[in-house]
Amino acid sequence: MTTDSVTEVIPASPTPRPRSLVSRPVQADRVFRAVCYAAGGITVAIMLAVGVFLSGRAGEALARSGPAFLWTQAWSPEGGDGQFGIAAVLFGTVTIAFIALSIALPLSLATALLISEVVPGRIRSTLISLVDLMAAVPSVVFGLWGVFFLQANVIPVSQWISTYFAWIPLFAVTDPSGARVTDAGAFTSSAFIAGIVVSLMIVPTQTSVMREAFSQAPLGEREGALALGSTRWGMIRTVVLPFGRGGIIGGTMLALGRALGETIAVVMIISPIFTINWQVLKTGTNSVSALIALRYGEASQFGLSALMAAGLVLFIITLIVNFTASTIVARSRSGAESN
Amino acid sequence: MTIVDTAPRTPSAQEQAPAARTEIPVRREAVGERRDLRSVPLDDAFNVVGAVAAGIAVATLLFGWLTPMTGFIGWLVISFIAFLGIYAVLSSLRADRLTVSERIMTALFYSAGAILLGALVFVLGYTVVRGVPALINPNFFVETMKLAGPLEPLSVGGIAHAIVGTLIQISIALVITIPLGITTAVFLNEVGGRFARFVRTISDAMTALPSIVAGLFIYAAIVTLVTHQRSGFAAALAISVMMLPIIIRASDVVLRLVPNNLREASYALGTTRWRTVWHVVLPTSRSGLVTAVILGTARGIGETSPVLLTSGVTAEMNLNPFSGPMISLPLQVFDFVKSPEPNMVARGFGAAATLVLLVLALFLIARLIGGRGPGQLSDRQRRAVAGASARDLRRIEDAGARRVRALPSASPSTEPTHPIEENPS
Repeated sequence: MTTDSVTEVIPASPTPRPRSLVSRPVQADRVFRAVCYAAGGITVAIMLAVGVFLSGRAGEALARSGPAFLWTQAWSPEGGDGQFGIAAVLFGTVTIAFIALSIALPLSLATALLISEVVPGRIRSTLISLVDLMAAVPSVVFGLWGVFFLQANVIPVSQWISTYFAWIPLFAVTDPSGARVTDAGAFTSSAFIAGIVVSLMIVPTQTSVMREAFSQAPLGEREGALALGSTRWGMIRTVVLPFGRGGIIGGTMLALGRALGETIAVVMIISPIFTINWQVLKTGTNSVSALIALRYGEASQFGLSALMAAGLVLFIITLIVNFTASTIVARSRSGAESN
Repeated sequence: MTIVDTAPRTPSAQEQAPAARTEIPVRREAVGERRDLRSVPLDDAFNVVGAVAAGIAVATLLFGWLTPMTGFIGWLVISFIAFLGIYAVLSSLRADRLTVSERIMTALFYSAGAILLGALVFVLGYTVVRGVPALINPNFFVETMKLAGPLEPLSVGGIAHAIVGTLIQISIALVITIPLGITTAVFLNEVGGRFARFVRTISDAMTALPSIVAGLFIYAAIVTLVTHQRSGFAAALAISVMMLPIIIRASDVVLRLVPNNLREASYALGTTRWRTVWHVVLPTSRSGLVTAVILGTARGIGETSPVLLTSGVTAEMNLNPFSGPMISLPLQVFDFVKSPEPNMVARGFGAAATLVLLVLALFLIARLIGGRGPGQLSDRQRRAVAGASARDLRRIEDAGARRVRALPSASPSTEPTHPIEENPS
């Protein structure tokens, strides 16, 4: 080892270790990270608590009814024969949601295309705000409108449909003996009217998801289509719609999730029944959320447990629908980034 | 093909050279007219007007004279279908098939937008107009329903207790959701990692939580287990469960828009993560965050079903959120219209109109504050920022001048530089 006064040779260590690049956060940052993790943890904990609580409290009712809970139509957990199940209410929920979707899908698709493709910038942002405003209108207001205005005005339409399309079993309106009914009283409080009101409440969600997907359709392909002499509709059909397919499906499923959970507007319109009613124009339907809203008040401890079981089923269904929807939307987003 | 110029390939043409291998075909009207994508030609405007008039006329004829059809909605549907058909025929007189389908689709898009906006305006307008008989009585806003029975005229009783209840409940909910929601959004964006992705998935799933399930959860967890009575606080908790995912999502989107070079500039100056968030990320996205919170509030104010299970119904003023039932506006609407009495229904519409006006006001405020991306400043903010940076410059120059006077010989590199203080904003 030679040493002079200027340079000092440091002997190489036998095994050179790579230098660690991990930085040590200062005290304030450690607190910051802890606070952030805590906030995220609380958010997750709330969600998990909802699931855990519902399953925990639903256990008692589910243990007594067993799997028959899924196909029993009646709901009398306290009195009567003690039979209860969600077949009828779940059927009503799904009917209302699908009526709502079949109205909302064309409406929101066309509105989303109008906003993203047709109107110029200034009107576009106004339209976007108005759609957002529609999403913020309380559901009780939609319910009021549905009960006091829409019902009376839709009944002639229902009568007309049931007169001319009675050969489709869905649109027939018959009394228990099978005879055709035509008086207006048989058409009030139907799944059809509830579906129309719910459709207005889900259109904003659907429109904004679709609009975002459409506006991400790549510019190169759009200009290519136009340069080949396509009309604007031709460009939309060949470029925007194929690229936005994920957004259309995802937005529709998100809307489906909201339609399944809609409560107050449905409660105000329908007249609850506990049998499966295929005739969507006829008085009487039900939904899981309406069942909970109408029955929680007089429910005993066990009745509450049965309602929890119904809520749990609704919760699981909306979770599945929503997870599928966000997966589809996310996947379509990653695919649309070509140029 | 007829377009390609098929000159007879004589040997003399082949001799001419390899240079003539690419030929430009002679154009024979192969290129059509230039397509107009933007402007609306005059004849098309006339087509629209004519088709609308003809559609309305056809529907009126059918409904008034020729067939026994009745009803306003049916009339609208028939006139719309007639309009589409007549418009297609009129357009096809002057244009090709592609243009006709383009015009029909555009007409459909515009009508969908018109239906949607019409429904929105009509729902809001109907509520407000039906609410006017109750709203014109000043006592409606200052009295409670304690002494007003269902048969009392509209000049007795009011919804003061529901307005106060709504304000108390939404305030408690905001106290819970603003810190929790924005911190979670910061966590998703600034900390990241696997757990953050998990949290984002969960909060996305929470947006689909049916509101009645949120109410049921609070009813089971808080009302039956802890407080043993319905209260404003339980209702506020239920509203918080509904508002939290909305605020997280909206803030998450806003924070994602903060330009990364601002963060990097801040880190390059040696700041900690915490100071970067507090002094760079949050101020940059302030207007967007306020908008997110206001939109969440507008949604929370209108929630009925979670409140239905948790707050209880009362006709009296209750200022204590921890004991006794405390009604809120949407629940009061629901409660009023359950009654068959016309005066109670009128009160219901009055309360609904109040709720609608409240939501509209919140929405307008949100649009005035927000609607602007991060870093885009209003004129006043821009002047304030320019003033602050001019002050900073003066301070730095003064400090530099003082230092030069104190140490004329020292070179700047040996002098330990003081970190520049943060902009006192």
